[in-house]
Amino acid sequence: MRETTGGPTTPTATSGGITRRTVLKGAGATLGAAAFAAAASPLLSTREDHSFEEFIQTHYQELTDEQLARVLERLEEEALEDYGAKVTIRDHRPLAGVKFGYAISLSRCNGNAKCVEACHKENNHDRATKQSYIRVLELPKGTTNMDEGRVTYDHAVPAPDKYYMPVQCLQCDNPPCVDVCPVEATWKERDGIVVVDYNWCIGCRYCEAACPYHARRFNWKKPEIPADEINPFQSYLSNRIRPQGVVEKCHFCLHRTREGKAPACMEACPTGARVFGNLLDPDSEIRFILENKRVFVLKEELGTKPSLYYFFDA
Amino acid sequence: MTPPVHSLEAAATGPSSHRLGYPRFLQRILIEATDGSLAFYAWMTALTAVALVGLNAWAHQVSDGMILTHMTDHVSWGLYIANFTFGVGLAAGGVMMVIPAYLYRHRGMHEVVIVGELLAIAAIVMCLLFVVADLGRPDRFWHLIPGLGRFHFPVSMLTWDVLVLNGYLLLNLHICGYLLYQRFLGREPNRRWYVPFVFVSVVWAISIHTVTAFLYSGLGGRPFWNSGLLAPRFLASAFVSGPAFIIITLLILRRITGSRVGEGAIALLVKIIRVTVLVNLLMFASELFTEFYTGGAHAASARYLFFGLNGKTGLVPWTWTAVTLNVASAAIFLLPAIQRRTRLLAAACVCAFVGIWIEKGMGLIIPGFIPSTLHQIVEYSPSVLEWKITAGIWAFGLMIYTVALKIAARVFSGEMTLRGGPARLMSDVEGSRALIAPRWLPRRAPHHRFGPISDCCGRAGDLWSLASPTCSRKTAGLIRARAPFSSRVGSRPLAD
Repeated sequence: MRETTGGPTTPTATSGGITRRTVLKGAGATLGAAAFAAAASPLLSTREDHSFEEFIQTHYQELTDEQLARVLERLEEEALEDYGAKVTIRDHRPLAGVKFGYAISLSRCNGNAKCVEACHKENNHDRATKQSYIRVLELPKGTTNMDEGRVTYDHAVPAPDKYYMPVQCLQCDNPPCVDVCPVEATWKERDGIVVVDYNWCIGCRYCEAACPYHARRFNWKKPEIPADEINPFQSYLSNRIRPQGVVEKCHFCLHRTREGKAPACMEACPTGARVFGNLLDPDSEIRFILENKRVFVLKEELGTKPSLYYFFDA
Repeated sequence: MTPPVHSLEAAATGPSSHRLGYPRFLQRILIEATDGSLAFYAWMTALTAVALVGLNAWAHQVSDGMILTHMTDHVSWGLYIANFTFGVGLAAGGVMMVIPAYLYRHRGMHEVVIVGELLAIAAIVMCLLFVVADLGRPDRFWHLIPGLGRFHFPVSMLTWDVLVLNGYLLLNLHICGYLLYQRFLGREPNRRWYVPFVFVSVVWAISIHTVTAFLYSGLGGRPFWNSGLLAPRFLASAFVSGPAFIIITLLILRRITGSRVGEGAIALLVKIIRVTVLVNLLMFASELFTEFYTGGAHAASARYLFFGLNGKTGLVPWTWTAVTLNVASAAIFLLPAIQRRTRLLAAACVCAFVGIWIEKGMGLIIPGFIPSTLHQIVEYSPSVLEWKITAGIWAFGLMIYTVALKIAARVFSGEMTLRGGPARLMSDVEGSRALIAPRWLPRRAPHHRFGPISDCCGRAGDLWSLASPTCSRKTAGLIRARAPFSSRVGSRPLAD
């Protein structure tokens, strides 16, 4: 900023005789301006990634049908351009009369982490960082104190004297992450799923600080995925490839579940520990579990009212 | 309530005078900001260089992503938010000059109160830059603008912070800008145009740091921050770090100008710090007692911070440095000798400043994330890029502060005026003391005595007086006489 102010002072020299000071100031201002331009030059490379249309795009909830159609088309083009993958991005809306719930049996889960891997592939996560929305905690039997838990275990499972607890977004009914977002880039949908508009998030990561369950992830860099590994069946609010610098989270695979399919993690689970369903349907399996099993939720004392429950079979 | 308007003054307040006067004012500011002694050029060039290094680092961060920082999904806020938090305290700390100057009409403080207000401006600009540096998508900044984006008010505390920080910036810009411009015109400031804003800014200063504390203390999932004592602690430490920085500023100004500027203010600020530094330590100790005596998972972050957890001890050296510096500064401030010995005072201020920078920065933000909400311990130490950006923002803030102080010094010493204009008109009304001197100020010096160095505030104050009529003897006629006087006491501070 400062060096540009030196510019106007240079012409005044013509009226009164050029002093040494004026010349030096002019030279300093020119050097300063050049240094400023050089320092800021890496910003130019980001211009290619961010189109003007994306810059002026409004919030998801304010897009008209035509605007949304254009946005989806643009995102598909960008996926082709950036990743060489032909993808279909749709906009799955919540179904009437549905509120999703998830229950995980701690008696059955044996820590094989197939769910972690399925999530990684289904949701087009960055390959190098092995990102996933699910973490599986290995805990010693006899305690629920998470201080004793490890997520980085690397041995045959189930290990003796251990039990396993997968943690992902609990889709709280009272979500602290939604409360803290300064721009309403994240909200709770009618079917209970907490979603993020990746094109509206400013990347402040306040939600990451607010979440008591470590459920949110930030895109510290642009995700890298080989074209042939990209899952082409995508949705705006779920598994489309996320931009750099925004927050993302588990969305109960809404591009599948809102079509009546099971979430990828449940489909991949070889032990049958996962039960997904409609909490509003009295005949659903999840309702049976909630009514008949020993059920608990994580950090109930925080009042977040999770929609993901843990239960014991035996 | 309105002071009687003299016909000559009325002539000078016509709209045409502003059309000429204000551009001239801005032009002089530009000149003042880019012209000065060799030392000034050296200082500003060094700061520009550091700021440009920071800008370059930030440009890389925006381009390649925040992977260039050492933050992770476990420790998702780092050095930027640590400095942001500290900076808000620095901005709020300036109010410890405003309260004595305006609420208690302390003359020594009134003469230099603009130092605190300018500090608030520079510190808030730094805070806003630290927030921008922390954003993953700074290009979407407009989503945060009320009316243009989607402003999640009043639920999100961050929207409150956006409002109070920008509001505080505008308040102080108005107060300083108005007073400087009026003095530039050679006019007496109209109380109606700044005193109400000053009183609003007092409350506002408390609000900026309270809201910033609420950002953290409102998070139920982070036990280390989830304490009702956080906001009071923030305020107490802000009222140490802010005044400490202002004392350092005044000591430097005295050295540069060779004058005894701000003696009364320094004496009072020392008295204030003597209280706040102890209040801060008391609350700090109270928090630690609760953590460690209760124990259990709730104390895990505090254990990590002070002693390390599971062999991870990344913050232990930081925090013990902070504790040592804070306790040392409290001890030095309590020594009677501090009022006589400038070096001791400077040392105490530096100790307090650095100690609180750690306590409220790295010592508060980072342990909130360690252990994580799933009780994993992933450590954090800032990357070189983060240090570059942080240093760059501090350098930019210091540039603003330096230039602002330089301009204020020129204006208040009468060396920067709209020549031949209203300044001359003002001298024509010589003798009409009632027109110029605000009635709410005492005619004689108040009977404040703050130790041995507080006695001679009046003389040096001529350089710095915020609104000259605060000293009743400085009537309108003296405005003309000020220039030779101020050069006698070593005028043209910060410049050749």
